[in-house]
Amino acid sequence: MRYLPLTEQDRTEMLESVGVKTTDDLFKALPLAKGYDLPDHQGEMEVERFMTALAAKNETANDSPFFLGAGVYRHHIPSTVDYIIQRSEFLTSYTPYQPEMAQGTLQVIFEFQTFMTTLTGMDVANASMYDGATSCAEAALMAMRLTGREKIVIGNALHPQYREVLESYIGKDHISDVEDETIAAVIIQSPDFFGTPHAYAQLKNKCDAIGAKLIVVITEIVSLGLLPAPIEADIVCGEAQSIGIPMSYGGPHLGFFACKQEYLRQMPGRLCGETVDADGKRGFVLTLSTREQHIRREKATSNICTNQGLCALAFTVHAALLGEEGLKHLARLNHERACTLAEALSKINGVKITNDNFFNEFVIELPIDSKVVQKKLLNKKIIAGLPLDGNRMLVTATEMTTDQDITDLVSALTEVCS
Amino acid sequence: MDYALNYEEPLLWEHRAADGCGVDFTPLENAPLRTEQVARNIIGWPKLKEPQIVKHFVRLSTKNFSIDHGFFPLGSCTMKHNPRLNEKMARLDGFANIHPMQPEETVQGALELMFDLQNWLGELTGLRGVCLTPSAGAHGELAGLMTIRRAHELNGQAHRKIILCPDSAHGTNPATAAMCGYELRVISTKETGCVTVENFKAALGDGKDVAGMMVTNPNTCGLFESEIAECAKLLHEVGGYFYCDGANFNALVGKARPADFGVDVMHINLHKTFSTPHGGGGPGSGPICVADSLKEYLPVPCVVKTDQGYKLETIEDRPSSFGRLKGFQGQFGMFVRALTYMMSHGGDGLRQVAEDAVLSANYILSKLKGDFYAPFGDKTCMHECLLTDKIQKEQGVTTLDIAKTLIENGIHPMTVYFPLVVQGAMLIEPTETESKEAIDHFICVMQHIAKDTSDGKANEIHQNPLSTPRRRLDEVRAARQPVLKATV
Repeated sequence: MRYLPLTEQDRTEMLESVGVKTTDDLFKALPLAKGYDLPDHQGEMEVERFMTALAAKNETANDSPFFLGAGVYRHHIPSTVDYIIQRSEFLTSYTPYQPEMAQGTLQVIFEFQTFMTTLTGMDVANASMYDGATSCAEAALMAMRLTGREKIVIGNALHPQYREVLESYIGKDHISDVEDETIAAVIIQSPDFFGTPHAYAQLKNKCDAIGAKLIVVITEIVSLGLLPAPIEADIVCGEAQSIGIPMSYGGPHLGFFACKQEYLRQMPGRLCGETVDADGKRGFVLTLSTREQHIRREKATSNICTNQGLCALAFTVHAALLGEEGLKHLARLNHERACTLAEALSKINGVKITNDNFFNEFVIELPIDSKVVQKKLLNKKIIAGLPLDGNRMLVTATEMTTDQDITDLVSALTEVCS
Repeated sequence: MDYALNYEEPLLWEHRAADGCGVDFTPLENAPLRTEQVARNIIGWPKLKEPQIVKHFVRLSTKNFSIDHGFFPLGSCTMKHNPRLNEKMARLDGFANIHPMQPEETVQGALELMFDLQNWLGELTGLRGVCLTPSAGAHGELAGLMTIRRAHELNGQAHRKIILCPDSAHGTNPATAAMCGYELRVISTKETGCVTVENFKAALGDGKDVAGMMVTNPNTCGLFESEIAECAKLLHEVGGYFYCDGANFNALVGKARPADFGVDVMHINLHKTFSTPHGGGGPGSGPICVADSLKEYLPVPCVVKTDQGYKLETIEDRPSSFGRLKGFQGQFGMFVRALTYMMSHGGDGLRQVAEDAVLSANYILSKLKGDFYAPFGDKTCMHECLLTDKIQKEQGVTTLDIAKTLIENGIHPMTVYFPLVVQGAMLIEPTETESKEAIDHFICVMQHIAKDTSDGKANEIHQNPLSTPRRRLDEVRAARQPVLKATV
């Protein structure tokens, strides 16, 4: 088997050194399996053939006009990103616990933290979380630790899967509808699940009055290139997949977590900090680990260990390429594409745009059931937006949405709706 | 300053700014905004072009050590070779560019892949209920304990609040138990390195308040828990469940099924046993496998096969599930890599994986247990072996010094100071993908360190590493005066 370099002679010599006759002598303490119903090993060519055939059974975003979003977005990824993240030095290294051998990864994390703090308007950001939904749940847990209170209010249209994950993490009975002095935090998503951006100043005042924290959830990170930073928030968390990471059927993506300086010691996850080495040169290390499970065990701020390191690298490379001007341009371009799509859809008889304002996705009201529309559009080789309840559908455009895509959707939808 | 192949690389923000950016876009129409908010002003991101950015990250990469560089015997982390075929397959258009909320009839290939992976994991563990969604090992632990908690709740056993856990456990075990609202009761393993029936019984008591136990097997001392099946039987008798931390599954894969020593729930680290890359700290993937008795409580969604094709379960399909633990379907890209790896090895190859991994660890133990103190050196170890600095410490050389000297010799250190129950621990996991040549070189370097120590060269050893891009870093300063971002 091509991944196993020991030779038969190696094995014989090694067994001799150990002082046993056969390898099975090393497994004497184990209840050995009698056999497995599994195929034997295969060459690269055979495996590749099998996988390619499986992949071909899927309809991809590149096959048809594509209008899905809802927390996972189809954006262009510059070739540089994938080239950098496939370098062995990044791909096959470990968590940088030995900083002398990992200054590359550590500096990347430090830069990632800087990108995240500048983008969110927060003071500190960690090295990443699993995804937006778990990051939101961890934010709720942190707010509960900070306030000593046990209820959370979901203030607007939070992504339904984020809500479900939150329910698993904190328990359904800890989610409240009443904004009073028993709640630890109010969670606001912006743009919300239906695509509408929100302002926070009023809500922040309300939270302050009752001693609750304000958690802002962002699922479309590109929006922060156009919309104001949520500086009023105590915690900003969510999903950063949109910059540098493919949709990959839902993962691996990139949870992020940022907050105000005063909450630093209650943060979950890894943090990278600047220091000096024995020669006085600047270097980087993982720091403040007394919050973490490997030191603090049952008293840790979270059980998280492995995070999304390589995805954070992909984000950092793409963010560096975009820079100040590129991100703003990309965000504006997304918005303009969505405006063009909204404009075109609103001309179809019986189709109504329900949002007064939006970033790159919005809800349309259709004359017939949205699930039926989705199916009929699929028959016409169009992957529609996400069907919501009844006749409503969440539609998304990004910089990848072409004029032709929009024309195709409009003509198909006109036919479907008539 | 740069010299030879050693590069200094400033932060992105410290480079002289260019005009524009590293991506070319179509021009904007500058139509009025429909956001009801004023467009954002300054963000604080750098302004550089593509060639500068490529150089920046390539130069940074040269400051990392990786599996592809050399020997990486990090105990309990399974730093094995990461085949590039896995990467290529995960990037196929049909896998990388599909959306998690596409209609199921358009992603049958992806669902079939997940179904196949569930079956492979079920067959290898003997635990036939499989949910792939947890994002990493610790997340799998959370999923496992929530599954157990749900089972107790629905069976009138919500009063069970205790999780038993040995003192040698990974930090994630107690942290996970706490996150689930459980109280921890520690099983002592100090004398033998293992959970004995006697110590287990002492911790179990009458077991009425015990929800379950969390044990890593093989454990973090590198030993197989030979009395664990008996402990599991006693635990089951009083209504508790056995959670097995699967971090060390590489010693068992293709050889033994955890179900056969009484395990009810187990997470599998795809980024360890099944070679999806560690990526400098993730993404991982931590599917959980459970016995039939717990299947109905697993998180959603699992993939099921129906007459109409493959399908993702919803909570309506399985109302006894505890719910959802992650957005969407899990770290799908890692599922592609793991199944690619499994199919490459097959059942026969995986058996050889465990055999070679265990043989290599025992070989290292046999060669080094004279020069270093091996607290369990009289026993056969599994895929990792445990040494300590007990002998060297008398000369003033500690485990940390040994680690830093390995670095100076171009070898990544083993896991150090873990497990916590063994003083000055050095946990060495060579994996099956290292050649004997590489293993012998490591042994030779370790023997040299032992000799230099006994020759009174402690002062020299304390200086290591000397040749790395940075020498020993001041971690106390980093924590006391935290600087966590660049000046923008």
